[in-house]
Amino acid sequence: MANIPEELRYSKDHEWVQVEGEIATIGITDYAQESLGDVVFVELPNEGDNFNAHDAFGSVESVKAVSEIFTPVGGEVVGTNEDLNDTPEVVNDDPYGDAWMVKVKMNNPGELDGLLSAEEYEEYLKSEED
Amino acid sequence: MTDQDLKQTPLNAAHRELGGRMVDFEGWDMPVQYPAGTIAEHLRTREHCGLFDVSHMGEIHVVGPDAIPFVNHLTTNDVTNLVDGQAHYSALTYESGTVVDDLLVYRFRPERLFLVVNAGTQDKDWDWIYSHRGDFDVDLSKASDEYCQIAIQGPKAESILQTLTDTDLSSIKYYHFAEGEVDGVPSIISRTGYTGEDGFEVYADPRKARQLWDTMLAAGGYGSDTGILPCGLAARNTLRLESGMSLYGHELSDKITPIEANLGWICKLKTDFIGCEALRDLKEKGPDRKLIGFEMVDRGIARDGFDIYNGGRKVGVVTSASPAPYLKKNIGLGFVSPELAGTGNEIEIDVRGRMLKAQIVPTPFYKRER
Repeated sequence: MANIPEELRYSKDHEWVQVEGEIATIGITDYAQESLGDVVFVELPNEGDNFNAHDAFGSVESVKAVSEIFTPVGGEVVGTNEDLNDTPEVVNDDPYGDAWMVKVKMNNPGELDGLLSAEEYEEYLKSEED
Repeated sequence: MTDQDLKQTPLNAAHRELGGRMVDFEGWDMPVQYPAGTIAEHLRTREHCGLFDVSHMGEIHVVGPDAIPFVNHLTTNDVTNLVDGQAHYSALTYESGTVVDDLLVYRFRPERLFLVVNAGTQDKDWDWIYSHRGDFDVDLSKASDEYCQIAIQGPKAESILQTLTDTDLSSIKYYHFAEGEVDGVPSIISRTGYTGEDGFEVYADPRKARQLWDTMLAAGGYGSDTGILPCGLAARNTLRLESGMSLYGHELSDKITPIEANLGWICKLKTDFIGCEALRDLKEKGPDRKLIGFEMVDRGIARDGFDIYNGGRKVGVVTSASPAPYLKKNIGLGFVSPELAGTGNEIEIDVRGRMLKAQIVPTPFYKRER
């Protein structure tokens, strides 16, 4: 079963969000990295880019496939994880830690209300498998 | 298509027990990878040994006095060049010279040949072959249900398989085969493969597939860091791509001739086969496109179907592309206009709207040391 930390919020596109003040840190979930397989390439936006909620802000590629990543909340990109350029495999090894992808200064923290709790995300994964 | 409609090889349960991630491949329920992952499976095959279930491939017996003339009538390569116990790579072509399928032709005896065709095309191939039997004195029979096929590939393949058979494997040359026993199971042991490594493909009674699979895993030290690994379709594809080999539906199809796909060497144009005239003409006037290998220069990964550009003009299309786990480069095959096909030429690949630089390089991208 996929690892789903209690303290994070989740999107149905399999991103996780960690909130500190007005900054949301975003990455992809354990389930997402497991589904992709060996991650070999991560493409991230530039600092200063602005996105609306649900926009694609980058992509994650495995040997076999490419998958877009969507920001669950809108705002300005204030940080990106440059380490993933050289060590994309960290996405497989530590999806919730060292493989964070972007930090977004949220325009509308109310968008967080549309995200799933850990328990809801687990339920969602189960329903997807059926 | 639901799971129930998918065809299964006799090793389906083994794949599931090993944690294989199952996907629909051409109507077959097949493992795309096991828990070790595609990169580990690919590297293990290059450095040690990989085990592949390829039982979904199709087999056809061609038996009778006219076996050789019949297969020579249908395929591009020249079967009269084979000796008993030898196989070659060939293609079934239409009158237009485009490809029905690519295949291996095995010669047991002059009056007994054995064809191995692709999984997804085997019904079409059978219909094509059967409809052309004409006055040839041959018996044709579908044999796909008579055989499992297990490929053991990599530098350690011979030493591992040798522990399971009395047949002297060192005496089987590349693209030759022997009939023998593997773990007591009557088998065709063929020194062939689709990985660019040394190795064998073993054909046997499908009821013995599980025994052979489990025995080969055990003999190969499955579970140790340098032991054999079961490999899924994703590694099979990256291994063949690194080795510059064609895949039907990509580099070859009913719209592509072997000449365009750099397979002139399997087209013996002095023989008389269906499509030979078209291929002779094409060879004389030169094809309009040529298959090339490329390596990404810019950071980014090309994928099947992406467009190829040169100086802002579309000049071709990618047929297969992927990260190359052993070479640690992003590579691909594709068709371009012949005047642009020279090694060293720069092209651009349209990667989801971004024009990324790539360079044409010689194929195979990877060649094992012999």
